[in-house]
Amino acid sequence: MDAVMRELSYAQAIQEAMAIAMDMDERVFLMGEDIGVYGGAFQVTGDLVERYGTDRVIDTPISELGGAGVAVGAAVTGMRPIFEFQFSDFATLAMEQIVNQAAKMRFMLGGEVSVPVVMRFPAGSGTGAAAQHSQSLEAWLGHVPGLKVIQPATPHDAKGMLLAAVADPDPVMIFEHKLLYKMKGHVPEGHYTVPIGKAEIRREGRDLTIVATSIMVQKALDAAAALEGEGIDIEVVDLRTIRPIDRQTIIDSVKKTSRLLCVYEAVKTLGIGAEVSALVAESEAFDYLDAPIVRLGGAETPIPYNPDLEKATVPQVPDIIAAARDLVKGVR
Amino acid sequence: MAGASKAVADSRANLPFVYRQYSPEQLRQVLHKMYLIRRFEEGAEECYMRGLIHGTMHLSIGQEASAMGICMPLAEDDQITSTHRGHGHCIAKGTEVSRMFAEFFGKTTGYCKGRGGSMHIADVAKGNLGANGIVAGGIPIAVGAALSSKMMKTGKVVVSFFGDGANNEGAFHEALNMAAIWKLPVIFVCENNGYGMSTSTARSTAVKNIAERAAAYSMPGVIVNGNIFSEVAEASFKAVERARAGEGPTLIESKTYRHRGHSKSDRNRYRTKEEIEDWMANRDPITLFENELRDFGFIDDQGIEVIRDAVAQEIADGIEFAKASPAPEIATLENYVYTEQT
Ligand SMILES: Cc1ncc(C[n+]2csc(CCOP(=O)(O)OP(=O)(O)O)c2C)c(N)n1
Ligand SMILES: [Mg+2]
Repeated sequence: MDAVMRELSYAQAIQEAMAIAMDMDERVFLMGEDIGVYGGAFQVTGDLVERYGTDRVIDTPISELGGAGVAVGAAVTGMRPIFEFQFSDFATLAMEQIVNQAAKMRFMLGGEVSVPVVMRFPAGSGTGAAAQHSQSLEAWLGHVPGLKVIQPATPHDAKGMLLAAVADPDPVMIFEHKLLYKMKGHVPEGHYTVPIGKAEIRREGRDLTIVATSIMVQKALDAAAALEGEGIDIEVVDLRTIRPIDRQTIIDSVKKTSRLLCVYEAVKTLGIGAEVSALVAESEAFDYLDAPIVRLGGAETPIPYNPDLEKATVPQVPDIIAAARDLVKGVR
Repeated sequence: MAGASKAVADSRANLPFVYRQYSPEQLRQVLHKMYLIRRFEEGAEECYMRGLIHGTMHLSIGQEASAMGICMPLAEDDQITSTHRGHGHCIAKGTEVSRMFAEFFGKTTGYCKGRGGSMHIADVAKGNLGANGIVAGGIPIAVGAALSSKMMKTGKVVVSFFGDGANNEGAFHEALNMAAIWKLPVIFVCENNGYGMSTSTARSTAVKNIAERAAAYSMPGVIVNGNIFSEVAEASFKAVERARAGEGPTLIESKTYRHRGHSKSDRNRYRTKEEIEDWMANRDPITLFENELRDFGFIDDQGIEVIRDAVAQEIADGIEFAKASPAPEIATLENYVYTEQT
C-alpha cells in the first residue's frame, strides 16, 4: 500500500490510464472532437497532445458516424483506437457503426476478426445542458450482443476499467457520468486493471440490496449512511458493467438481504433496472424476497433545462432514502 | 423602395445594395436590431457570470451582420432553422428579448417554457423552428420544411443556418442533395467563423471554401463577407428570389468571426489574441454598418445614441421581466413530452 493514498480526480484517472496505455502499446491512439489543443470538452485528454503529438491524439472533424467508423476500421486492422464522443448523446449519430459494424463484425465473419475499439461517452444530466446533451443511453448499447458496456463509478475503477478495456479484444463502450469527472479518490500509480463483467459490493448490509450504477452508487452510499441511524443496514452493489452483467453478485446479495432496490439515472422504463429485477425474479433469489422489487430511475421525459426540473428528473439522495425506508419498513 | 422619391433613389444609385433596396427607416431598424443582438448577448453573459443563468451558452457576438443580412429579405412567415449559436438568428427573425431572457432564466414565460434554454431557443410563431444542440441537426429539418412549403404551396422560403463545423456531418450532404434533386425553396447558410470549437476549417475541411461544396449538389455556391450587412443581404435577397421562383436551393457561405470563446468553458488556446483583437478592432460588423449609415447620411450621431439608449432600456426591461416571471412547477415535469399531455 502507498504510504500516502494518492488522490486523483475521475478525469485525471482516465487521462492517466490513456497515457499508460499509449506508453505500453504503440498501437494505442486517441481520436475525437477537440481532444487535442482544446483538451477535450471536459478536459479529460487535457495536455496529452503535447506529450504524444497530433499523430496519436487526433482531432477529428465534427463527423461522429465517420469518426466512429474510422476507429472501427483501424481496430479491425491492427490498431487500438480510443474514440471519445464529445457527449454520449452524439452516439445517436454513430449508431450505425457501433451497432451494425463494431458489434457484429467478428460474429458475421465467423470469428475471423476482432474489433478492439474503446469508445468513451461523457453522459448524464446535472449540468444545465438540456435535452440533447444530458442523456443516459447506456442501456441502448447494453442491448447489443457483441458490445461490452461499462460504467465506472470511482476514479479507481475509471482507470482500471479503461486499461481493461484497452486490453480487451472486443469493443468496449465506457459511459462516464460528467458529474463524476471532478470526483476525487484513491488511484494507485502504474498499470492495473479492474475486470469488466464484475460488480463490486461497496458496502455490506443485511436489510436491503441497492443495485446502483455510475453516479447513483455514491448517492446510494449517502442514502445508506443516512439510514444507518434508523437502524437500517443497506448493502450497496456497484454494478460497474451492464453487459455482460454480473448476475451472481446480485443474486447472492439479494439472497442475503431479501429486498432489492435498483437505482439508475436513465429513464426508468425499459432500462437496466428492468434487467436487474428480472434476473432476480428468474433466479433462486426470488424465493428469498420479502418485498416487491422497486426501481428508481429517471422520469419519463427528456432532460429539461430549468435546474429544479432537471434535478427532479433523476433520483436524488432523499428519493433513495424514502424508497429504501419504505421497502425495509414494509410500506410497500 | 418604400417611400423613397426618385431624386433620393437616384442619389443612392451608386451605393451598395441595401441602401438602394430599403428605406432609411428600415436600415435604422437594422442597426437597432444589431445592437439588440449584441446587448442581449452581453446581458446574458453578465447574468451567467452572476450565477443568474445556468448551463452554458454560445455567443454570436461579432456575427450580427450575418444573421441580420440573411433575415432581411425574409417575410414574416418564412422559416428558419438555427444552431447552438442562435440568439442572433432568433432576434433577427423578430423575437422579443424579454421572452428570450425568460427562457434563459428557465421561466414559464420563456419561448420554450423553461425546458429548452439557450441551446433550444425558438419562436415558432415568428418562423424560427429552433436552435439546435446537435451540429447539423437543423439542416435536414429545413429541407423538410421546404418540402412542406412545396407540397402545401404556401410559398414559404426556409433558411437553414449552420456553422463551418456542420459541413462535415453526413446530414449536411444528404440534405443538400435532396434539396437539389427536388428543387426545394431552401437556403443553406454556412456561417463560417473559422472554427468549429477549437478546430479550424483548414484542419477539418478538405475544401478551402465551403461554398465549393455547392458544386457537388448542382446549386449556386456564394461567398460573402459576413461582417458587411449589405453583402449578406444582397446574397440572401437573390437566393430568396430564386427559391420563391421554384428554381431550388442556394448555399451561401458567410465568412465571419466569433469574438467570444466557443462556449463558457473555452480557454481560446487554438487561436491568438492578436487574431481576436484584429477582428474586434477592424472588422466589427456593427461598427462597419454604423459607419456606412453615417457616411451615407442615413443617420447622425444623435440618431445612433437614440438607438443605443432604446436598446439598453429594452435589455434592462427584458431582464426584469425574466426575473419576475414564474418558474415551472415540479408537478409539470412530464408535460410537453406528448401532444395530449399539454
Ligand atoms: C453532432 C454534434 N457533435 C458535436 C457537438 C459539440 N459541438 C457543439 S458546437 C460545436 C462546434 C460547432 O462548430 P460550427 O458548426 O463551426 O459552429 P460554431 O460553433 O462555430 O458557430 C461542437 C463540436 C454537437 N453539439 N453535436
Ligand atoms: Mg464555426
